[in-house]
Amino acid sequence: MKSFTYERAKTPAQAAAAVAKQQGAKFLAGGTNLLDLMKLEIETPTHLVDVQDLKLDRIERTDEGGLRIGALVTNTALAADATVRRDYGVLTRAIVAGASGQLRNKATTAGNLLQRTRCPYFYDTNQPCNKRKPGTGCAAIGGFSRQLAVIGSSDHCIATYPSDMAVAMRLLDATVETVKADGKTRSIAMADFHRLPGDTPERDNELERGELITAVTLPRPIGGTHLYHKVRDRASYAFALVSVAAVIQKDGSGRAAFGGVAARPWRVEAAEAAMTQGARAVASGVFAGAKPTEENQFKILLAERTLASVMAQAKG
Amino acid sequence: MSAPSHSSLDISRRAVMVSGAATAAMSALPADVQAAPAPSKPATMPVSFKVNGKDVSLTLDTRTTLLDSLREHLKLTGTKKGCDHGQCGACTVIVNGERINSCLSLAVQHQGDEVTTIEGLGTPDDLHPMQAAFVTYDGYQCGYCTPGQICSAVSVLKEIEAGIPSHVQEDITAAPAFTNMEMRERMSGNICRCGAYSNIAEAMAAVAGAKA
Ligand SMILES: Cc1cc2nc3c(=O)[nH]c(=O)nc-3n(C[C@H](O)[C@H](O)[C@H](O)COP(=O)(O)OP(=O)(O)OC[C@H]3O[C@@H](n4cnc5c(N)ncnc54)[C@H](O)[C@@H]3O)c2cc1C
Ligand code: SF4
Ligand code: FES
Ligand code: FES
Repeated sequence: MKSFTYERAKTPAQAAAAVAKQQGAKFLAGGTNLLDLMKLEIETPTHLVDVQDLKLDRIERTDEGGLRIGALVTNTALAADATVRRDYGVLTRAIVAGASGQLRNKATTAGNLLQRTRCPYFYDTNQPCNKRKPGTGCAAIGGFSRQLAVIGSSDHCIATYPSDMAVAMRLLDATVETVKADGKTRSIAMADFHRLPGDTPERDNELERGELITAVTLPRPIGGTHLYHKVRDRASYAFALVSVAAVIQKDGSGRAAFGGVAARPWRVEAAEAAMTQGARAVASGVFAGAKPTEENQFKILLAERTLASVMAQAKG
Repeated sequence: MSAPSHSSLDISRRAVMVSGAATAAMSALPADVQAAPAPSKPATMPVSFKVNGKDVSLTLDTRTTLLDSLREHLKLTGTKKGCDHGQCGACTVIVNGERINSCLSLAVQHQGDEVTTIEGLGTPDDLHPMQAAFVTYDGYQCGYCTPGQICSAVSVLKEIEAGIPSHVQEDITAAPAFTNMEMRERMSGNICRCGAYSNIAEAMAAVAGAKA
């Protein structure tokens, strides 16, 4: 691990300014992703600004009847929150399907959103990787791609985005709240927050340098049955091959978002009109234009079948 | 998980790394990185926290994980290093009442915290009920994963009691129960190469039953 200096910020604006003013500075929340990557020298910050004292660890009602989740609320606390369990159950289900009890105790809402890909070549510093080292190429294209993206990828990167929590947040139309070094705040819809790779796969999301996430807000609850099915190589403590987050109403209408298939949670609102016609009708819309590799084309059928099982469970 | 590392090797490797880090940090920095002025010496910082009820103060290289501070600096070698990447659970300790992976946490993040390690749960003469149950039910073979398993197991029973939901609950608005399925799911962050899993679950069930 490269050497770095460390400080603890006291206010969100101070934290943002501290990272903005120093090239090579990064925020540190739980550390469960950043430290892992620093040990491998995939991330090499020269300065860490620890955000744990920013008091962004509350879950509050918004004036609009939704929920405001502080950036530092842990994954355990968010999953266990009584309101989340009752009104946004898909979020609890997605979180507890990810990582382990120990990791969820330390992982934060913002850190989880910003976790980086698990592409094996991104992790192997001996391999070319445009996301890790722009312009070096992509070892995954033509390599082992079973875990990687089937849609939204480019000739520069076919990585998937690994968060379970974010798939549920995308489904729930969440918004990411931020503050910049100059004190300006902005709101970014989850739908626009994570970027597709294009020719700049090194940029995972829309945040600018020194821009701090302060909260994630959810709109009013939408009722319905909340489900999250995650298909993986073992029953627990593994990343998704494919996951489906869904909220399904009594009449069979509803929403569905998919994890493990693209560089962002994958949801196609237009395809949801077909929810009452069954999984195939929805999946053909959601995966229109997919470009899987030979090794991962199974994911498209798997996603459809996972959605079918979610729909069957919602019917009861 | 990777094979448990030999701690003697670890120590010598780390000693070499620490003494050689100043030069290594300079020479390994590629020319095209316009990083902030790289510190000429690895940065160090003071940190104090409580370990097993005792106040400790250390001055550490900022890179030191909580795990290495416990093992190498405080000589509390009960906590083990398996993978050093959050994948095996051997390093599980309890911080401010919650279990975490001490390998994925910097020591300096824990200023003012209360840390409990396996040494703080019980002693050979006065075992914690979970330690005693692991002995009774043969919850280990080689014992390498055991300190992490026990810290996790103690926390898991508390988490179920506190109503923290899990992946195997059908109704996530309901209170979870002390079932075998729940124990297995909640312990999935602790890997055991010897495969003592079913005995660990039995030890946990015995402790949970004795409480109920
Ligand atoms: C073995 C293992 C298995 C896992 N399995 C899963 C899984 O199945 N599903 C899943 O979803 N996840 C999984 N994870 C990932 C885990 O969820 C993340 O590591 C965790 O959520 C990161 O949160 P953190 O607070 O520790 O982030 P950190 O590591 O502290 O930070 C991550 C990134 O976010 C930035 N950051 C943090 N806070 C802010 C902020 N407020 N504003 C701006 N930037 C910020 C940091 O600079 C850093 O770049 C797994 C991790 C491990 C180690
Ligand atoms: S898929 Fe993306 S992350 Fe993986 S090797 Fe290619 S460029 Fe890197
Ligand atoms: S040493 Fe394996 S999880 Fe920490
Ligand atoms: S690894 Fe040997 S007892 Fe678990």
